Amino acid sequence: MTTVETALGASKTMVLNMGPQHPSTHGVLRVALELDGETVVKAVPDLGYLHTGIEKSCESKTYSQAITLTDRMDYLNPLGNNLVYCLAVEKLLGLEVPKRAQYIRVMMVELQRISSHLVWLGTHAIDMGAMSVFLYCFREREEILKIFERFAGQRMMTSYIRIGGVALEPPAGWREMVRRFLTMMPNRVDDYETLLTENRIWLSRLQNVGKIKLEDAIAYSMSGPTLRAAGLAHDNRKVFPYSSYEEFDFNIPTRTDSDCYGRYMVRVAEIRESLKIVEQAMAKITDQGPIRTEAPGIVPPEREKMKTEMEALIYHFKIFTEGFSPPPGDAYVAIESPRGELGCYIASDGSPKPLRCHFRAPSFVNLQALPRIIEGQLLADVVACIGTIDIVLGDVDR
Amino acid sequence: MSERGGQNAGVVAEQLRTWNANAVSEVLEFHGETTIVVPRELLRVTAEHCRVHLQFNFLSDATSVDRFPVEPRFELNYHLVSIPNKTKIRLRTRVSGADPVVDSLVPVWPGAGWLEREIFDLMGIRFNGHPDLRRILLPDDWEGYPLRKDYPTEGFRDIPATFLPGFKKQ
Repeated sequence: MTTVETALGASKTMVLNMGPQHPSTHGVLRVALELDGETVVKAVPDLGYLHTGIEKSCESKTYSQAITLTDRMDYLNPLGNNLVYCLAVEKLLGLEVPKRAQYIRVMMVELQRISSHLVWLGTHAIDMGAMSVFLYCFREREEILKIFERFAGQRMMTSYIRIGGVALEPPAGWREMVRRFLTMMPNRVDDYETLLTENRIWLSRLQNVGKIKLEDAIAYSMSGPTLRAAGLAHDNRKVFPYSSYEEFDFNIPTRTDSDCYGRYMVRVAEIRESLKIVEQAMAKITDQGPIRTEAPGIVPPEREKMKTEMEALIYHFKIFTEGFSPPPGDAYVAIESPRGELGCYIASDGSPKPLRCHFRAPSFVNLQALPRIIEGQLLADVVACIGTIDIVLGDVDR
Repeated sequence: MSERGGQNAGVVAEQLRTWNANAVSEVLEFHGETTIVVPRELLRVTAEHCRVHLQFNFLSDATSVDRFPVEPRFELNYHLVSIPNKTKIRLRTRVSGADPVVDSLVPVWPGAGWLEREIFDLMGIRFNGHPDLRRILLPDDWEGYPLRKDYPTEGFRDIPATFLPGFKKQ
């Protein structure tokens, strides 16, 4: 247990233990709160309850095996985790991914962003006492998960993005499915906004709560919607484009109020922007074309080739037994996950297993600023602040 | 793929050299990423210079690598982003296994706080001047540093009897 030093002495304040089994911490986060009446004087987050040592496990797996572990970090953004890991390995190997696969990746991670924001919106609304929004959000999220299931055979732990491309050809009828979602979704976002944006309870719970100054947000390395709600249009998709994001036309929503309400508005606007990106990606994905790059010994050969060509069979065997060895060196890739900058640092020593694999988890870094945000706030607002930072404990603890 | 090499990442090394010739002991380029190797003693002043004069206002990530049994075994990597210039660089410093201590960068970027705690927790590198250097992911009474290469993936736990030679199923 973490010991907490009190700031004002034991007679004046009281230490309240929030979590780790508190529903509004969205997982197992413990915050030791020192209270003066109802005001938070000091807050000490205590993490690690979900620590699974994924970074250590990666070191004893081959490069392709570790993809399945990345799914399990930020469980609301498995495709994004796959993507950042694969981009880092591809950078080490110097692999170029075919355009068609890049567009499929973009479409999938943007759908993932929508689904992640929907979970955030639903659970945050429940924290604030609005039950119905949760049900609506999960109804729409279900549609996205159905799309993932058709693409990858899995609803959540998709492992769909692989080194050199994607795992499978898009399924028959995927266009109609995504199209149906795209026509339905804008009205549904309007519905959420009707329920919340002008809602007086929502406004009084969120406005002017949990403010952080832009300088502080940058100094604390905050990223994602929290940083953009503070007024800085910093988004890795625009600033350091990856996976052909430079070819897409979308805006970076920002606010200047930097409170919980601003973060809500940014996320809702991001859902709409992501819909635009999915629409464009769908138009760019051709019906025919490669979904994986040609890289013998790194990317598994096609099933048909394995039956007719001996080399293909040998490569297949080698990839799944000893793996492949990138040249010694290191690579750091950062993408924009729904929560902020998701980075992957891989160091290779020329062996088939990574020497070091580190994930820069946006939830972990953003959570760091929590004491700064909630000190001086009321106890009830702590829930709103934790909620709008949008942490996923699987991502915090890894 | 030259996201890092892009605008003026290469120039940064030159600017650092003009400021203090000792600050840059090596410049590495790999897949468009610029790594500036800094002597351990000069890490904090170099980082301060990067933030104040070269506009690297955002600390994106801090991480470490264990190259055991090579000495100096530890490598610390700080990934810096300049939001105004849209540039990325990596500051690297090497630390020996016998004396794994560096100056903390929390005074330069407060965001380094938890990232350095994570390194301390999992790799056992200590940071001078860190305001709150405690374990962060593991319990306070954990022994050892799991991300070190001489720490087994399974940990140091007891081996279950079923795995021991001579064990017979009842």
